[in-house]
Amino acid sequence: MAAPLGTLRECREALDVGATSSSALVEQSLARAKACASLRAFVRLRADAARAEARESDRRRARGEVRSPLDGIPIAVKDILVRAGEQTTCASKILEGFVSPYTSAVMERLEAAGAISIGATNLDEFAMGSSTEHSVYGPSRNPWDAARTPGGSSGGSAAAVAAGIVPAAIGTDTGGSIRQPASFCGVVGLKPTYGRVSRYGLVAFASSLDQVGCFARSAEDVARVHDAIAGHDPRDSTSIPESAPRCADALDGDVAGLVIGLPREYYEPAGIEPGVLAAVREATGALERAGAKLREVSLPHSEHAVATYYLIATAEASSNLARYDGVRYGHRAPGAKSLSEMYRKTRSEGFGPEVKRRIVLGTYVLSAGYYDAYYRKAQQVRTLIRRDFEAAFRGCDLIATPTMPETAFRLGERTEDPLRMYLSDVYTVSANLAGLPGVSLPCGFSSGLPVGLQLLAPPLEEARLLRAADAYQRLAAHHLARPPEPA
Amino acid sequence: MSAPPHPEYEVVIGLEVHAQLRTRSKLFSPAPVTYGLPPNHAVHPICLALPGTLPVLNAGAVELAIRVALASHCELQPRSVFARKNYFYPDLPKGYQISQYEEPIATGGWLDVRVDADARRRVRLTRIHMEEDAGKLIHDAAIAGGGTHVDLNRAGVPLLEIVSEPDLRSPAEAAAYLRALRSLLRYVEASDADMERGNFRCDANVSLRRHGESRLGTRTELKNLNSFRFVEAALEAEIRRQARLLGEGGRVVQATLHFDPASGRTRVLRLKENADDYRYFPDPDLVPLVLSDAQIESVRRSLPELADARCERFVREHGLAEEDARLLCESRALADFFEAARARHGDADVAKWIRRDVLHALGEHGLEIEASKLAPEALADLVNAVTHGRVTAQSARALVPELVLSGGDPLRLVRERGLEAVSDTSALEAAVDAVLREHASHVERLRAGEEKVRNFLIGQVMKRTGGKADPAALRRVLAQRLGEEAP
Amino acid sequence: MSAIGREDVERVVALARLALDEDELARMARELDAVLGYVASLSRVDTRDVPPTAHVVPLATPLRNDVPSAPLDPEQALANAPEREGSSFVVPKVIEAEEEG
Repeated sequence: MAAPLGTLRECREALDVGATSSSALVEQSLARAKACASLRAFVRLRADAARAEARESDRRRARGEVRSPLDGIPIAVKDILVRAGEQTTCASKILEGFVSPYTSAVMERLEAAGAISIGATNLDEFAMGSSTEHSVYGPSRNPWDAARTPGGSSGGSAAAVAAGIVPAAIGTDTGGSIRQPASFCGVVGLKPTYGRVSRYGLVAFASSLDQVGCFARSAEDVARVHDAIAGHDPRDSTSIPESAPRCADALDGDVAGLVIGLPREYYEPAGIEPGVLAAVREATGALERAGAKLREVSLPHSEHAVATYYLIATAEASSNLARYDGVRYGHRAPGAKSLSEMYRKTRSEGFGPEVKRRIVLGTYVLSAGYYDAYYRKAQQVRTLIRRDFEAAFRGCDLIATPTMPETAFRLGERTEDPLRMYLSDVYTVSANLAGLPGVSLPCGFSSGLPVGLQLLAPPLEEARLLRAADAYQRLAAHHLARPPEPA
Repeated sequence: MSAPPHPEYEVVIGLEVHAQLRTRSKLFSPAPVTYGLPPNHAVHPICLALPGTLPVLNAGAVELAIRVALASHCELQPRSVFARKNYFYPDLPKGYQISQYEEPIATGGWLDVRVDADARRRVRLTRIHMEEDAGKLIHDAAIAGGGTHVDLNRAGVPLLEIVSEPDLRSPAEAAAYLRALRSLLRYVEASDADMERGNFRCDANVSLRRHGESRLGTRTELKNLNSFRFVEAALEAEIRRQARLLGEGGRVVQATLHFDPASGRTRVLRLKENADDYRYFPDPDLVPLVLSDAQIESVRRSLPELADARCERFVREHGLAEEDARLLCESRALADFFEAARARHGDADVAKWIRRDVLHALGEHGLEIEASKLAPEALADLVNAVTHGRVTAQSARALVPELVLSGGDPLRLVRERGLEAVSDTSALEAAVDAVLREHASHVERLRAGEEKVRNFLIGQVMKRTGGKADPAALRRVLAQRLGEEAP
Repeated sequence: MSAIGREDVERVVALARLALDEDELARMARELDAVLGYVASLSRVDTRDVPPTAHVVPLATPLRNDVPSAPLDPEQALANAPEREGSSFVVPKVIEAEEEG
């Protein structure tokens, strides 16, 4: 049975002292992927390419030309970032067979850092979902309990890290799609400030909300991956112009005097599983004992966050997905006798029910007569939500909340009730609406399932965020817990 | 020749022009702007709307848009917003066009238009905005299988949409406005504005109302008008159609029409009731376009002297009649030609030669001043020679068409062909004597007081000398030979 | 604002170039109705004088110099084409009445 890989730091240290090689790590990773196939974390492996890259990395290391702390390390990437010459499907039938002629900025940076992707991970189709059940490949499973969801939409990446297949993985977060799976799978997941990581080559779901981020087993590891992919890209007009400060260098474990705000709206006992609330309070208590100050704050418009999010996200998605029409790439319905028949059949055959639902809702929200009441209104409430955070951050350095009000739910439990699925995003969507960086850290268990603590920071403050996360991980070792071996 | 304004109805016309901007790359992609390449030889992943692609605004296009706005006296908006216009069509790869909707780059403005010799009108503009062009469809019945071919070379090319207020009152005015607009666009080098090449397209809106009525009638839209002549003809046809309809007690229905030049009739393409809902919303992949005063001033300073100011200066400094000045200032190249000629020799007379001889010769072949092979300095030399009696006006004028079309050195041609004015007295005397002998009866009439006979005799001498007699010398010799003057 | 009529759903489904059968339409109408009923709560929020968010992180307008780059090799551009002829994409014949429709 292929053993799980160590953390990113452990892998790097082993490489540095020559205890292992990149080729060995990649082999171990591929073997582990095979052993954990029942999790369906991956939709596609690139074994040959990974092995070739590993050999290259080993040669570089032998010449003393190590590119970065990620050089030679196997990772996984959500099947939503393009790479020249390779397939990207976004877990959708409409992109079957699509091979991109160009490479995304994130993949370029990972390549430049020497990181080696062993394959593409599963996701909810076009990143629309919270359980990875809306994938044309079928659902991924939570390594902690195979009958449960790993979360979504980046469920495959979270599961791959939790199961020890790779020490780090790339995901995307539009309404919580990194933080929620991180919480459900007991790993660390970071969503950077909007604009911090280039969206060039990221297949778009909701343009003003999408961000690329990463999973790993520790805050320190996440910092390393984030440092590799963050930074300005002139090919993305929403990219932050300032260069990104290095987060990995900022982790000094010191939280003395750090003021942590606890928004009362996120701690209503009626809305949270008791075990989750207890674990989160334990975590904030630990930070307080280490010198941080806890303070109650308020984010009054929190109750409107999910509604605001779903109006904006679906509107943008309905427009972003219009390009999938069977004309230039992807699936085309055979036998259509006219253009309009081709469009309708192609899109109806190609998109799954959740994507269709969101396209229809989004189209409605933008349509004549409804734009002001829905879309414009939502953008106004979004401004109020942003202002809530600005006001709160005037009195604190970070905000701490449960990532989710619950632990991983069972597969199949929510697929018939889309609204219930949407409502569970209540704690995560606000950070996307306000563009804030947020991280989910494992902070304990409830009924044997991982619980996540969410930390949020003002825009551009990933270093502050990760410093606090790393400090917490010196106080509690929940992030080192491993799920049971797969059956 | 245009139809006179309708006796019963006032004609109300508004024009929308799409002019392609003279940039080297596309509006939101670095793909080259080309002409005449085989299909899809000038595309970039962005032009194909591949998954993950993002738009980045072309600085050159912004500058050209600012130039046009300044030249047409518009108010430049310090903040304008790019919006998505959503609809499905195979020449629109993203399924939306990036355009500007509620907040265009410029509003207001006007053009002064010369309708005919004495009528000038100020036509107001509503707005100017930037948008990207669509690709091309080729519906050739000859294509096997009856499909339609899609070529995206043109997709994403920058366009400026210039919308006039419905200030035009006749098809002739509409054509005159288009000429003035074309001239302006070429003047500031923002567009080649060549209708044949498709980089200057016009849609017209036309409605009728009873004279004195202030409310506008229902308007119809004429699309895809490919030449100035078609614009006039189409408008005339539509005015006839609407007038007939109204005369029969019918109602004009809002529709889009197509003009068939063969039959000279307009027919309905589609009714506006079925118009698509474009669901405009601000493009979340782009940020608002913010223009600084410094940027606008910098463009203003780089503008060439604009037509109106130059015209005024021609009247003031060169003493031209306003009519002549206006004509010369209609194109920058023509005004430059005049000033170059004037600079060579101070003859203001050269304006008349340009209008009467140079433009006439070019006009016979449908050419513009840029095609003249006669350089302005050479023209000036020729005119100068005439003024100083070295060649007759008649001989010189006869040379102009050849010089303009085929080139050559005017003064050398005069020498080579022996066209120097004959002012040698004895040759003239001989010619005069011969004519006086041949036309004795005319001489008698002249002596009897019929002055106009003098011109006849002069003409005869001219003929005898092959048009080379210097007019002043001829008159003198004639007078002497008649005994009117002493030798 | 909440009850989304069957006609509305059909209109929107057509705008989005989807085709749903009877069951799917009925189900979509129900699900949308639930969601719209939920988001109706936004109408209670006082947003007088509140500007819509243009961008979460304010940025100066990024511009690209007007320098053309080499285009894609046409073979690459057409590589994923479901149907092609020469270097053109091919679609079922477009009838004029369908223009922008």
